[in-house]
Amino acid sequence: MGTFDFLLQGLLVAAQPMNLLYALIGVTLGTAVGVLPGIGPALTVALLLPVTYQLDPAGSLIMFAGIYYGGMYGGSTTSILLNTPGESASIVTALEGNKMARAGRGGPALATAAIGSFVAGLIATLGLAFIAPYIVKLALVFGPREYFALMVLAFVTVSSAFGDSTLRGLTSLFVGLTLACIGIDQLTGQARLSFGVPDLLDGIEVTTLAVAMFAIGETLFIAAQGDRGPDKVEAVKGSVWMNAADWGRSWKPWLRGTFIGFPIGAMPAGGAEIGTFLSYAAEKRLTKHPEEFGNGAIEGVAGPEAANNASAAGTLVPLLTLGLPTTATAAIMLAGFQQYGLQPGPLLFATNPQLVWGLIASLLIANFMLLVLNLPLIGLWVKLLTIPKPWLYAGILLFATLGTIGANPSVFELGMLLAFGLLGYVMRIFGYPIAPVVVGLILGPLAEQQLRRALSISQGDVTVLFTSPIAAVLLVIAALALIVPLILRARGRGEMLAQLAASED
Amino acid sequence: MNKGNNPSVETRRPDRAALIIAVVLAAIAAVIFWDVSRLTGLAGYSQVGPMTVPYAIACCLIALAVWTAIEAWRGDFPEREHQQAGPVVWIVAGLAAQMLLLNTLGFSIATGILFALTARGFGKRRLWLTVPVGIAFSFAVWAVFAKLLQLSLPAGPLERLFF
Repeated sequence: MGTFDFLLQGLLVAAQPMNLLYALIGVTLGTAVGVLPGIGPALTVALLLPVTYQLDPAGSLIMFAGIYYGGMYGGSTTSILLNTPGESASIVTALEGNKMARAGRGGPALATAAIGSFVAGLIATLGLAFIAPYIVKLALVFGPREYFALMVLAFVTVSSAFGDSTLRGLTSLFVGLTLACIGIDQLTGQARLSFGVPDLLDGIEVTTLAVAMFAIGETLFIAAQGDRGPDKVEAVKGSVWMNAADWGRSWKPWLRGTFIGFPIGAMPAGGAEIGTFLSYAAEKRLTKHPEEFGNGAIEGVAGPEAANNASAAGTLVPLLTLGLPTTATAAIMLAGFQQYGLQPGPLLFATNPQLVWGLIASLLIANFMLLVLNLPLIGLWVKLLTIPKPWLYAGILLFATLGTIGANPSVFELGMLLAFGLLGYVMRIFGYPIAPVVVGLILGPLAEQQLRRALSISQGDVTVLFTSPIAAVLLVIAALALIVPLILRARGRGEMLAQLAASED
Repeated sequence: MNKGNNPSVETRRPDRAALIIAVVLAAIAAVIFWDVSRLTGLAGYSQVGPMTVPYAIACCLIALAVWTAIEAWRGDFPEREHQQAGPVVWIVAGLAAQMLLLNTLGFSIATGILFALTARGFGKRRLWLTVPVGIAFSFAVWAVFAKLLQLSLPAGPLERLFF
């Protein structure tokens, strides 16, 4: 069967009434939570994971797809109407979008972001559907050493290739890898680093760690800054519809943003941010209205927002085909799969095609729903932005602990939540990135398994890791991704990399 | 580690907090070494066993600790914003209270206290008002998640009163 047949089958699965309902609930919740200031897509997905606990795998993953896309949409609304720098993937959107909102053109800014996200999501999801089978075929020739090399590459790009310090990125990664060692060893059944505590034998839950680091760490950090007065929410004045000139200036940036964002997301090369920066730079160079850049140019919203969504769909390529999460959001989605004992990767396409293609098809459906849902309901989302901070963060902590309690109502688990929350807070103070810890925790055991398999096959000969051409090339790229930024930073060129930092996911 | 203290950066002073981070990283490595030393004899015929990877991680942590210490000594860490301790203490107290009270008083009351103390950390001082609001809100959340979505959330006296 070709991709089309699979996709049609997937659409049949996704179009069942119950699944449509799950997708609708997913996109609504995802948008509502994603809109809240200070909550990026990674935290949105982690907070809403418990909502899906009681569903069957297909329904749960379909709702998840909706939450993922909804969270991305919601984030752009926040950055246009509320200039919150440092808030994950839509920093660039805030550059021009917030200026447009201040100039009374918030409506068209939101519209171009929403329609751009739709166009990008549509093309990128179709791209995912058509590329995935080829990567799956390629992945079938991968042995343990190739997988190990691929994971090393992912470790390096997530932790140290971008951001302002190789040292702090690597330290975060190794904190995650250390946490990953806790529990029973998968291959020999020996307990490691559990110190006789039975609660630790199962290892550390990815969702507990992610929720603690993102929700509690962030809340403590914001609270410790003291009262800085309320953030200014720009009102949406006038029509939300774009005029002919807006359309004319938006459609090319949408397409360019999509084609910049998708490949970057699809490669194991870190978060969505890089694509948005590249798209912004491209639009700035190609625009016919250079004087408007910095004062609210619509191209500067349309391009990056499309790039953002395209690379979000792109990260699903390595996640679904190789089981390789390259962002914190993808890491939590992987945890969502694992709660049903499903391991994404080439085998899942063979053993459970209905599930995978249902998921891909429901991404398309979620995308349509968001377009219909977002523009008319914009007034409601704006109201969510005006929730005062004390209630907002009290509510965030309520739902953060709810997820942990729902999964495991033990004092020990809540104690870990608190401990990791404090760890996340301290890491924020010192400028350590959070995403590498989460990716290290979930990818660490998989990488260890592949490494030990590779070394068992070679009877302990380490050189085997470098003798396969694919693995050697991947490891060379990983080494370059580690060394080149080090040299750039040593030469004082680190600012550009710091700007490309993946702040949340 | 004095080598890093070269004249060109003598205006910056060693960063004590960052030095502590270096010590903590080294301590974690030591714990891993100690723990791994217990796992003996299961290396199998390939010399690769459950201790291989933790051992490698611990070695990397030692290297990172040294690197951190050098950067700390040179004062290379970025400047930190001033942190207010008060709000942090309130929120941590809220989380600790919820953790300890959850299984005796139930989800709504324990989480209501967390809610109120978090709001206190953000400047809402009237606890006599925020605690009841928090409990009522938590109870509504409990009803939705425990009854509608079948999530197992611990019930206490308040929940048993209604269901």
